[in-house]
Amino acid sequence: MSSKVGKISWISGPTVRAEGLEGIKMYEVVYVGYDKLIGEVIAVSGDKAVIQVYENTSGLRPGEPVYKTGEPLSVTLGPGIIGRTYDGVQRPLDIIALKVGFFVKRGVTVDPLPTDRKWFFEPKVKVGEEVVEGDILGFVQETPLIKHAIMVPIGIEGKVSYIAKEGEYYITEVIAEITKNENKYSVNLYQKWPVRRPRPYKERLEPEVPLITGQRIIDILFPIAKGGTAAIPGGFGTGKTVMLHQIAAWCDARVVIYIGCGERGNEMAEVLVKFPELTDPYSGRPLMERTILIANTSNMPISAREASIYTGISIAEYYRDMGYDVVLVADSTSRWAEALREISGRLEEMPAEEGFPPYLASRLAEFYERAGRVVTLGRDKRIGSVTVIGAVSPPGGDFSEPVTVHTLRFVRTFWGLDSALAYSRHYPAINWIISYSLYVDSIAKWWEKFIGKNWLILRRKIQEILQKEDELKEIVKLLGPEALPDNEKLILDVARMIREGFLQQNAFDPIDSYCSVEKQYKMLKLFVEFYENAKATLEKGISLTKIRSMPVIVKLMRCRYTVPNDKTEELDKLHQEIIDSFNKIISE
Amino acid sequence: MHKVTSIEYYSVRDIKGPLMIIENVSNVAYDELVEIETPTGETRLGKVLEVGFGLAIVQVFEGTTGLSPKGTKARFLGKTFELPVTEDMLGRIFDGLGKPIDGLPPPVPRDYLDINGAPINPERRDYPTNFIQTGISAIDGMNTLIRGQKLPIFSGAGLPHNMLAAQIARQATVIGQEEEFAVIFAAIGVQHDEASFFKKSLEETGAIKRSALFLNLADDPAFERIITPRIALTLAEYLAFEKDMHVLVILTDMTNYGEALREISAAREEVPGRKGYPGYLYTDLATIYERAGRIKGKKGSITQMPILTMPNDDISHPIPDLTAYITEGQIVLSRDLYRIGIYPPINVLMSLSRLMRDGIGEGKTRSDHPEVASQLYASYARAQELRALALIVGESSLTPTDLLYLRYAEVFERKFLAQSYYENRDIWKTLDLAWEVLSMLPETELTRIKEKHIKQYYRKKA
Repeated sequence: MSSKVGKISWISGPTVRAEGLEGIKMYEVVYVGYDKLIGEVIAVSGDKAVIQVYENTSGLRPGEPVYKTGEPLSVTLGPGIIGRTYDGVQRPLDIIALKVGFFVKRGVTVDPLPTDRKWFFEPKVKVGEEVVEGDILGFVQETPLIKHAIMVPIGIEGKVSYIAKEGEYYITEVIAEITKNENKYSVNLYQKWPVRRPRPYKERLEPEVPLITGQRIIDILFPIAKGGTAAIPGGFGTGKTVMLHQIAAWCDARVVIYIGCGERGNEMAEVLVKFPELTDPYSGRPLMERTILIANTSNMPISAREASIYTGISIAEYYRDMGYDVVLVADSTSRWAEALREISGRLEEMPAEEGFPPYLASRLAEFYERAGRVVTLGRDKRIGSVTVIGAVSPPGGDFSEPVTVHTLRFVRTFWGLDSALAYSRHYPAINWIISYSLYVDSIAKWWEKFIGKNWLILRRKIQEILQKEDELKEIVKLLGPEALPDNEKLILDVARMIREGFLQQNAFDPIDSYCSVEKQYKMLKLFVEFYENAKATLEKGISLTKIRSMPVIVKLMRCRYTVPNDKTEELDKLHQEIIDSFNKIISE
Repeated sequence: MHKVTSIEYYSVRDIKGPLMIIENVSNVAYDELVEIETPTGETRLGKVLEVGFGLAIVQVFEGTTGLSPKGTKARFLGKTFELPVTEDMLGRIFDGLGKPIDGLPPPVPRDYLDINGAPINPERRDYPTNFIQTGISAIDGMNTLIRGQKLPIFSGAGLPHNMLAAQIARQATVIGQEEEFAVIFAAIGVQHDEASFFKKSLEETGAIKRSALFLNLADDPAFERIITPRIALTLAEYLAFEKDMHVLVILTDMTNYGEALREISAAREEVPGRKGYPGYLYTDLATIYERAGRIKGKKGSITQMPILTMPNDDISHPIPDLTAYITEGQIVLSRDLYRIGIYPPINVLMSLSRLMRDGIGEGKTRSDHPEVASQLYASYARAQELRALALIVGESSLTPTDLLYLRYAEVFERKFLAQSYYENRDIWKTLDLAWEVLSMLPETELTRIKEKHIKQYYRKKA
């Protein structure tokens, strides 16, 4: 018989040592002190354990009790998650506020899911049917956008010996029983899952469908696939958070999980104020009906910051298993790494680079590997995906620091933010020279099949012009722009047009904020054709000054906020106007 | 806390820097307040940083100078550091630990509050959107301050950050709402002259009656600096969220705070991060800066304006760098502008207000404001590029439009940025000036402004 209660022997910030905990397991949840603060075991030696406490430890004394639970840190998965704001260990912040007021106090226990609410359950199986893990037993309409599948929990299979009738149930009620070899397993509307364990799936698929974000520089130049990974590093003020808000708001995923990990409180407030007002461009419903927020701001306990990433990704995998495309946005993984560093430091572990623990790289790898597009468990072969996008906040904007360096080893898309662009208010400040995406070739088929021909060639043309500009700028710095021949000056001109008229996107303009794929493609084509036409015109001996003074240029530059997404035929007109304008100056 | 102990210990084992290790202790709490008495009867305050296995590590706020393991008495007070608070603290001056130093008796407290505060539940935060008019064009026009924002001033030694902060404290108003700000000023390791400058400028306008000053001066104990900003913010929270006041908190100089933190970390032999600062500098600074904002259903607000001098004008130094990751933007002062006689010497390109976009525009300031701000930036950035180019290739190889940009930058700096310490420009004046400057450029260059506003304001005399 192992003892259920131990006692505290040492306290330093969020880290506590305890003894007398016979049979204690790694990553077991414990309650610390008279106030029963939530903690998790992070090291064990005999009956002694090191515990990271998820709440403020002020006032805790050696000798206070530590209670074992025997359970690992888990999330509660079931209807009622969507639209919620949780802290790092899945406690709903609105309920905490109801209980203790506007300051977060400690020792508050609250249920992750509402237990007093009934859900309308619609069974999909019959008594006597054989089911395996991941099979869908029935549905609950969680929000108008999300049909929540109640699945056979992982590791369970057998014959359905009971299934609840269509009707309203609390999440704690038994809605099905599965029997195998005399063993009966009861299924509720909710299940638990240990956060540090990836949820299993049947098979991984190629990432060949793009995640559309409505942001031109991403979708055209540095796309991300559904089930892919991306990192967005940038110094302060380069617009990481605005970019992530934009992706969370406009991407074509069915469920979005936004983790505010050690960031500003007012940013979470902004999401909470704005998302209910914004509508999903794909369904026309309020964005909150597909969004889950996990908020552990920079001044909230640091160890809960460490847990928040795992809480978020476990919820993401659960919705993936229902067959949804899920996007998880983590702002910022650097703060999570700092939490690792702080806990590691307090344990006096041997540090690697800049005080970070040696296991930083493997933790990052584990996290990003939980992304993917998969065939889920269950016999109906659903396809779901988890896309992971992580912000990185390198100190001093220096991309050679450990978190950025290790992150780039494990992600396939890199959006490098540039302070110089941000200072000149070029947003999104994604540097087009250093950024890359390894998904371009695998998703090109999708673009060419559904949107338009030659996507690959057109986007490459744009990149070439920008690359050439970058080289020419070096010469201009030495000799001045007038030293260049006209065809090179044209490249500088067109590159500037592309930068200001295509790459820049105003997140706060009602039209420009989200750019549909059709509009993106047509704009891409306009800019490339403008260049081709201008080049041909120059070759016919027409002066650059004449091209520069064409009034259609201003129209082209402004089309990003003058042409609404549902009126892209105006871009076809503009296309004709460009051709006519060139014909006109040639014939003059 | 559950039990109050008041056992006295004579068992001080080691003293190291600001730290004191006391042995054979029992029932001591983490973060508990400790009163230390020297053999001569002088008392100092400290707090428990680490406790266990019979040892307690105590940080002494007033420093350990003159202390000896022998004869020093430690009394654990059974509570964390609490500040007695009351509205009557306005109009008063305190030391860095909250004791009055203006010769008057301590005000009668209405409540005692833990100086560490508690994190505001993000779900209960109200998103700040009220424009504060500071009367300074570079701020109101391009880096708008919002009620409930934390906006630091990044400065350097010898730059007029104190004048700027004092001017803001004097002029800040919310248009259409005639409530005045209560000003809480926390001096963290600053010189006597700087503190008395603030005091004088608050007295000049009579604002001193609604101000509270907490002074930890350069010659006060360095470790008190950990406490001073927390005390100031504890009073601010009380006034804002219990007494419905709008509070402006000025913390100067946060670099001194960071250095005190580094010293304690070094004494504890912690693994250092960048430049010897502890790895938890970000989190620690966040527990100060995040104590700003508004709360749903509460009338009051806390607006924070921390000031920090960047060592060697280096913005990538850990203190400004991590600060800017937490605060909602930054106002950066430029030595180059100051050298050519421009006050306030605000480097607008490096400055940023993250909350600006939701506090300006139609119904708040004027509908053209967001576009004008964006255009001022873009054009000034372009002008700076051209200035650099002109230095190398000479002005003669620039195009006529490029030359217009150079002239634009000149006028922008002299007319729009520059104003006097006593000049209070309202937002309409600021925007009109902006149009006057922008009108120097040809219309085709103003790509960030919509036609509607071009028609209304471009090259029109106000």
